[in-house]
Amino acid sequence: MSARVLVGVKRVIDYAVKIRVKPDHTGVVTDGVKHSMNPFCEIAVEEAVKLKEKKLFKEVVAVSCGPQQAQETIRTALAMGADRGIHVEVSGKDYEALGPLQVSKILAALAKKEEANLIILGKQAIDDDCNQTGQMTAALLDWPQGTFASEVTMDGEKLKVVREIDGGLETIKIKMPAVLTADLRLNTPRYATLPNIMKAKKKKITTVKPGDLGVDVSSRLEVLNVEEPPQRQAGVKVETVDDLVGKLREAGKI
Amino acid sequence: ALRVLRFSLAVNRNLLKTNVVCNKRYLSEKVSSSPKESVSKQIDHVIYTEEHFALKASLRKIIDQEINPYVDKWEEEGQFPAHKIFKILGSAGFLGVNKPVEYGGLGLDFSYSVAVAEELGNINCGGIPMAIGVQSDMATPALARFGSAELKREFLLPSIMGDKVACLGVSETGAGSDVASINTKAVRKGDEFIINGGKMWTTTGTQADWMCLLANTSNDPPHKNKSLICLPLNLPGVHIARKIDKMGMRSSDTAEVFFDDVRVPCKNVIGEVGMGFMYQMLQFQEERLWGVANILTMMEKVVQETINYTRQRKIFNQAVLYHQAVHFRLAELQTEIELLRSLLHRATALYISGNDVTKLASMAKLKAGRLARELSDSCLQYWGGMGFTNDVLVSRFYRSVRLLHSNLN
Repeated sequence: MSARVLVGVKRVIDYAVKIRVKPDHTGVVTDGVKHSMNPFCEIAVEEAVKLKEKKLFKEVVAVSCGPQQAQETIRTALAMGADRGIHVEVSGKDYEALGPLQVSKILAALAKKEEANLIILGKQAIDDDCNQTGQMTAALLDWPQGTFASEVTMDGEKLKVVREIDGGLETIKIKMPAVLTADLRLNTPRYATLPNIMKAKKKKITTVKPGDLGVDVSSRLEVLNVEEPPQRQAGVKVETVDDLVGKLREAGKI
Repeated sequence: ALRVLRFSLAVNRNLLKTNVVCNKRYLSEKVSSSPKESVSKQIDHVIYTEEHFALKASLRKIIDQEINPYVDKWEEEGQFPAHKIFKILGSAGFLGVNKPVEYGGLGLDFSYSVAVAEELGNINCGGIPMAIGVQSDMATPALARFGSAELKREFLLPSIMGDKVACLGVSETGAGSDVASINTKAVRKGDEFIINGGKMWTTTGTQADWMCLLANTSNDPPHKNKSLICLPLNLPGVHIARKIDKMGMRSSDTAEVFFDDVRVPCKNVIGEVGMGFMYQMLQFQEERLWGVANILTMMEKVVQETINYTRQRKIFNQAVLYHQAVHFRLAELQTEIELLRSLLHRATALYISGNDVTKLASMAKLKAGRLARELSDSCLQYWGGMGFTNDVLVSRFYRSVRLLHSNLN
């Protein structure tokens, strides 16, 4: 039985919140806005806890990079069944500029430090939709990757991963240590039960800084402008196909 | 002060949770030094800790996924699937928050029950929270406190786990407010009590497995002659007469029940014979605070939906919301909600540190009932014609809320 699964969890603006762009167009409004765990990260945590319950792993460690509030997200992971948490403290301007490359460097360093055998992440975050962290982490560690996983099973010493791809489903077998990213249909995350929420209080969260892991979080990207998508204009209804073709010609589309 | 109020109002338009509004008010005091981050963790709440908020978030998820999508259907059908929903809630630990650990509860203090009650107010109807409240905080507290171990194993444990549905049998056709004058009799014969009589307004009565029954067990004076009995409802002689067709709380099935020579073992009496009335009275503080907590969230929700509706609905060339009379009234209502919340939290804080809060709890309940009526009436008005339809939350709230003021405890 391998020792450790590392699960990355990201604190993002809650999916139900209406996003507003800041008046200075440097980003979106986050002050006072409801945040919660990225839905794909929830699926990742659920999968890790399931693997532990199947006795394939001994310990699930939840990791989050961010300011003090990231600890809330780690606590949610603990309430779902993770054993302990690591909070990588990044705040202020560094946090605003934090992206997949820096996070993957951090995760790679942690994976080595904690001697993890498996890293599970959500396939992407719903705020930036990057879909990069898992892949970059695997590359930095030179580990195999099973991305967009919709089913994960142990096959002897290897992991059998069913991936959701454009053409359908692809099944691969990869050796551990490996990186997985969770897709929507991998599982249905459990509700954090009240007993587990109370137990989570006693579980440990250690805080580290990126510097302690030898990671430089300075960004090579600069956000120039953030804008809302254009307002959707009203459409026009037509009666027949000929009308439609006529209108498209008029508009110069064909 | 006016700038703070306007700032809070402006922010409040985008927010659903009041605890985050509280954060905003503090932010205006510490404006210079703190970085531009959400300050939700740094604020001290009067009674809630991180665990309370985690509890609320988890319960909210259950409500959003397992309950709210089906509420419209259940309101129409006049019933919600009690066994299914209670099992989901029980498995997550939400039915036994302040009940003993030995019987599946969590042994937490009443502030956690209040947190649950507040969060249940996010359900889009009144009937289901009411039924849950009966299960967790009306039919079971006396049993948890005074029942024998055997009785607790048979009735309390499965109720906390959500395996058995409970109901409360106190009110009768001839006795509602005047609990002391109930007529249902339980006459002792050997090792059994023989029960005759009937109960009215039994929430979840058509689905319940057992009833916490208050009956007269002797000829002593009215406050000393009643006992609480755990009555399985599948016993011969129990007749669930009818499901009552009600104005509001429609997803909660309410039954009229009759007892015709129903035999129940004497050991099913909770605690001491003759103490039933006192036991039931003891839990009124908790029942009242629970009801207040529940309706607070619902009131907030109705105000927020009214704000959203009136913001996009135009009359006389501008949004209804921007007409001063409307805007002022909604601000007043939100103020009253906050005042009531303060009273609730103060009473809860005093209660969990061991004080008797009967007076404060009763005041809170009185205010809640009155405010809910005024609020639903005012908000309904601002919805115009739409408010009169059954498709909107505000009219459902208007119908259901009447119950809290006049007809409960």
